[in-house]
Amino acid sequence: MAGVTGGAVARGNGKPGTGGRASKTRNALGKRTLNALGLVKSRAIPVVLYLIVMYLLVRVSLTGAEAMGYNWQWYRIPDYLYRLTDDGFQWGEISLGLVTTLALSLQAFLIALAAGLIVALLRLSDLVVGSALAVAFLEFVRNMPLLVLLYLFYYVLGPIFALDRYAASVLCLGIYHAALVSEIFRAGIQAVSAGQWEAARSVGLSTGQTYRFVVLPQSIKFMLPPMAGEAVHIVKSSAIVSVIAVVELTTTGRNIIADTYLSFEVWFTVAAVYLAITLTLSIFVTFLEKRYAVKN
Amino acid sequence: MAGRRPIIEIRNVDKYFGEFQALNDVSLTIHAGERVVICGPSGSGKSTLLRCINRLEKPSAGRLTVDGIELTGAKDTLRRVRTEVGMVFQQFNLFPHLTVLENLTLGPMRVRRISRSEATERARKYLDRVHIPEQADKYPAELSGGQQQRVAIARSLCMEPRIMLFDEPTSALDPEMINEVLDVMVELAASGMTMVCVTHEMGFARKVADTMVFMDEGEIVESSPPDAFFSRPSSKRCRQFLDRILEH
Repeated sequence: MAGVTGGAVARGNGKPGTGGRASKTRNALGKRTLNALGLVKSRAIPVVLYLIVMYLLVRVSLTGAEAMGYNWQWYRIPDYLYRLTDDGFQWGEISLGLVTTLALSLQAFLIALAAGLIVALLRLSDLVVGSALAVAFLEFVRNMPLLVLLYLFYYVLGPIFALDRYAASVLCLGIYHAALVSEIFRAGIQAVSAGQWEAARSVGLSTGQTYRFVVLPQSIKFMLPPMAGEAVHIVKSSAIVSVIAVVELTTTGRNIIADTYLSFEVWFTVAAVYLAITLTLSIFVTFLEKRYAVKN
Repeated sequence: MAGRRPIIEIRNVDKYFGEFQALNDVSLTIHAGERVVICGPSGSGKSTLLRCINRLEKPSAGRLTVDGIELTGAKDTLRRVRTEVGMVFQQFNLFPHLTVLENLTLGPMRVRRISRSEATERARKYLDRVHIPEQADKYPAELSGGQQQRVAIARSLCMEPRIMLFDEPTSALDPEMINEVLDVMVELAASGMTMVCVTHEMGFARKVADTMVFMDEGEIVESSPPDAFFSRPSSKRCRQFLDRILEH
């Protein structure tokens, strides 16, 4: 899309007499040349770059592995994804770990959304105590390493509130991301103009109704892209719960390696699975963004 | 206006924004059915006064009574007053994510708690009144400025308010759209609505106003019937202002 627009602009500026500043014209001419080769318009450049980088990475890994005499045993990996035994079809450990990662991330994300919205509304409220609480929460969470926060939840809050490792993980991730999500809510809410508030008030809507019917629906389009980034982020940061031995994707990887020493194969596979989740999420979000963009 | 009951009473109202005094001891009584046009140079406190009436701004001192309800800041009285007082803004402030019809039914359904069908019927009635019944299902961004402002007027009317406030309703419009909005306002005035308008449209003011108010530097300098106001303003500041805006 950007390539197409760039090309159109370049053509306009490239005409003699229309390009005002010299540097702009030169730049435009450069783009024009690229355009003539069909490179600006096409998606070829990013794809080619990506392939080159991936090729180099694989190449380096392979030659490195060869140099250290690594014994590749890729054939053992599919067993960890699924197995067909006499008992029929069975999911492998990695697949089960993936399910746990997804469940954990989803639950944490829901907590983050709910808590984040509350924190954002408190922060924006006229209540002095409310906004002070919100700021204190934000500062505490944002200035704490996630790992330490997880230890706090598991080793301190865990025994007090009888949280098992899974519950502690979900809560910790939810609370940590609530701080980030609340800032997204706040920015989205503040992006709606003050006139909307005044109009809503002047027809008699209460603060709650104004949020629900006027402000939040308009904020969604501002929030959607960063919120999606947050969803991807939460899937990635969920890997940290492997330090308290919640059996999700990363822990599963570590366990398999402890049994088999297939470190290269397993980590490549785990990385690929994470990549698949996050890319899928990104594509889904692009789709959502387009839908909402049309409506307004 | 003798014999009619006062519907808005403003008593010794001050308003400060930080150090800046936007309103200085303003007192004004507006009667039911009265049409008041407020004019004055920019920064003179006209909009602030208007916004104090439905308490989008909180006065720093003084008393304000609307339709018998004293505005003290208590939440329930605030909402009650706002449902009785409609407001039209310079920038329209329509809800861009809702269709015209939804803009009009939101308040009646959520605040007045009437049914969707009744609200829709009412919305169509007022869209008719502002002469754009055919735009009901469009989004605000698809309408011209003049149409948007008329939708904004209809949105306020749907709450069936007793008082309508207009804050420079034609200032953001292209010249060719000003009249379509003013026409609607003239018709509204003819229907007996109590109206308080901040505007520089002096032709409109002459046509509908019962009372002209001139403000400068946060004070009401002059308040008189339009005949007297335009032909023999008593203060020098008011005369200078009128000379400037009536030159052309």
